[in-house]
Amino acid sequence: MSSIKLKAKVEGDTVEVKALITHPMETGQRKDKKTGELVPAHWIKEIIVSAGDKTVMTANWGASVSKNPYLAFNYKGKAGDKIKLSWTDSKGEKDSAEADAA
Amino acid sequence: MKRRTFLQGTLAAGVAGLAVSAGLLTPRMVMAEGGGAFDAKTLDDALKAMALTPEESKDITIKAPEIAENGAVVPVEITTTIADAKEISILVENNPTPLAATFILGEGATAGASTRIKMGKTSNVVALVKAGDKAYSAKQEVKVTIGGCGG
Repeated sequence: MSSIKLKAKVEGDTVEVKALITHPMETGQRKDKKTGELVPAHWIKEIIVSAGDKTVMTANWGASVSKNPYLAFNYKGKAGDKIKLSWTDSKGEKDSAEADAA
Repeated sequence: MKRRTFLQGTLAAGVAGLAVSAGLLTPRMVMAEGGGAFDAKTLDDALKAMALTPEESKDITIKAPEIAENGAVVPVEITTTIADAKEISILVENNPTPLAATFILGEGATAGASTRIKMGKTSNVVALVKAGDKAYSAKQEVKVTIGGCGG
């Protein structure tokens, strides 16, 4: 199952992109309650959102973005735009999702 | 990891060390990696690593709660009316690493972004907007009742 829930809603001449990503976003500063050891850092470093062949948003994140992160923004677009979101995390893991603006 | 150790070393070395580290981290490196500024331990160091000296602006709006009951999930929305805004960053002054996120606005993107961040304790949330070769900032205090960085 994809780690990403992606929605793109058209309002007039703008498209509102909303994304929810399932990810632990570990800072590397939190201790495991049972073992007392630090939980290794593991967070999403980069998110790229494109509409068709244009990149509309690049987000560089640190570990202080919340667990299961949320991202929303608007861009000038139209219904039917092919939205693609992809992320890369600090361990090099990746995922992506696509949605049509509607 | 090397860079992190290096940064800590220079922090300990004091002001002279800081100047050196700020000089070594060129803006291009920060842009390419996003690493240097994200590893910075204080607001000033993060700004140095980003090579920005922002001036305060009333044209940036921070939408964040005045009191956050749960510091693990603090919704923050930044919008700005500054012309040609290219980048929006969110920094939390009292977090162990203040820089939380940088949003680089692409083609046609409206000048705004919202996300959710973790806050260890009550702190100013600083919004930073880069437009052309200038940078602007605004801040709002968010009181945190339960910190979001504990176990």
